[in-house]
Amino acid sequence: MQIYLPIAEVSVNAFMLFGIGGLVGVLSGLFGVGGGFLITPLLFFIGVPPTVAVATGANQVVASSVSGVLAHLKRRTVDMRMGVVLLVGGLLGSALGIWAFNILTRLGQIDTAVQLSYVVFLGFIGLLMFQESVRAIVRARKTGPRPAVKRHQHLWVHRLPFKIKFRASGLYISVIPPVLVGIVVGVLAAIMGVGGGFIMVPAMIYLLGMPTKVVIGTSLFQIIFVAGFTTFMHAWTNRSVDLMLALLLILGGVVGAQIGARLGARLKAEQLRILLALLVIAVAVKLGIDLLIEPRELYSISTAGRS
Amino acid sequence: MRGVALLLALLAIPSAAGAGEEVVAGLSRSAISITANFDGSDLIVYGAVKRDEPAPSDSTLEVIVTVEGPSTPITVRRKSRALGIWVNTASVEVDRAPSFYAVATTGPLDRILSQTEDLRRKISVPQMIRSVGAPQDIADSPAFTEALIRVREANGLYSLHEGTVQLAENTLFRTDVDLPANLVEGDYRTRFFLLRDRQVVAMTETAIYVRKVGLERWLYDLAQRQPAVYGVLALAIAALAGWAASTAFRLLRNG
Repeated sequence: MQIYLPIAEVSVNAFMLFGIGGLVGVLSGLFGVGGGFLITPLLFFIGVPPTVAVATGANQVVASSVSGVLAHLKRRTVDMRMGVVLLVGGLLGSALGIWAFNILTRLGQIDTAVQLSYVVFLGFIGLLMFQESVRAIVRARKTGPRPAVKRHQHLWVHRLPFKIKFRASGLYISVIPPVLVGIVVGVLAAIMGVGGGFIMVPAMIYLLGMPTKVVIGTSLFQIIFVAGFTTFMHAWTNRSVDLMLALLLILGGVVGAQIGARLGARLKAEQLRILLALLVIAVAVKLGIDLLIEPRELYSISTAGRS
Repeated sequence: MRGVALLLALLAIPSAAGAGEEVVAGLSRSAISITANFDGSDLIVYGAVKRDEPAPSDSTLEVIVTVEGPSTPITVRRKSRALGIWVNTASVEVDRAPSFYAVATTGPLDRILSQTEDLRRKISVPQMIRSVGAPQDIADSPAFTEALIRVREANGLYSLHEGTVQLAENTLFRTDVDLPANLVEGDYRTRFFLLRDRQVVAMTETAIYVRKVGLERWLYDLAQRQPAVYGVLALAIAALAGWAASTAFRLLRNG
């Protein structure tokens, strides 16, 4: 069944969109990520213009994060105060990102910028995760006493001014690092159409030293607002959010997420992380190859009327 | 140069019409609605030749039908390798290029239409595209317009169908034009040319109105006219869907 997307002005197969939404939903339920990093490239692939793909991807991220954060709120695994601090940075970053996105669109470099950020960030995070989870599996195989995990390490992070107490995370640190993390994630959210969970989560654990149990909920909490702000700004300045497209993706995503969550219960955490790492690396490699090899068609067309 | 061609075209019209043949044309539909499940459309174009006197027997009658979507300025960009990766490095603005253009004829275009006549009437695909002139640093600007045609032909947006117009008894003609699914809104100009000895002897034109309707129309208008409301609506739907999903599946799990 073909469906005509009013903003993208292309006709695509509705089941395909439902499938993409579903696939990404399964992954998001399985790994606790928004899945924006997969949706945007997949939409490029089926012929949705990049500007529409990025803006609509952000809208889909809002839906999946809302769904996720509600569960975490029930379990009290959201550090509201940390979330708000990250959010302040996130909104700043998002505004910056939209501004950069518009400039790059005008220069005709947006496709390259989006692809390049995907390759660099996905590649980097994917490798980190892969290395970390392989180590975890190796460690699990060796039976023996586990080394105690050191908490409350004193890093350079702890010597900065403007300290605040984050009770849910059990931290007393400066607001500067979380704000900076927020800004970086906000910029990426706007340019890549992603929530940025895949960067936010490791940054919270390794840079801010937050306990893992509150990380995902807090990350999702602030992603809702950053992705929401991004969606709104794209709708407002570029008119590039396609509601029809978003609706189909969301429908698929919602169903997929629940299937994913059930699948996830049957797999071990390390195995899950290795799978996610491999997936992330695969996407990065695919996009990287596209940038490196000579494209079959060197020319591309863009209508000036539609920014 | 273009001004001269235009002047020639204007002068040519009365003399061409003087051949005593006129074209009367019709379309199977005068409006096309883009609905949510729009999947392209098949347009039947038909017509007849009206004569005051018997048809001349010394030359054969040929027919050309063109269907043309709304024109917009377009930027054609070219990638080249910079710092090891392929990025857009050069661009040419094309002043005017139709979003859709189909030409159907009774025979090979170069046999039934002279080049000067093509230049005047802008019938063939390359004639439809006008480039304002490339920036100084680009020497091969024709490559860009050729690429535009190549890409759009590959997408089924530009096409030439030689020999698909059926002409019966030198009077009645018809052809089918496939309108693709990725159609842009606007007025589609349809032109009908009668030709003899590679010259246009009569011409008429009409328009098909392609419009988004229903939900498509509403969403598009809202996005364009009330972007803030549209943005809020997008967020509300996302939030609602997220909430509904989490609630529904919690009930499902508990129940």
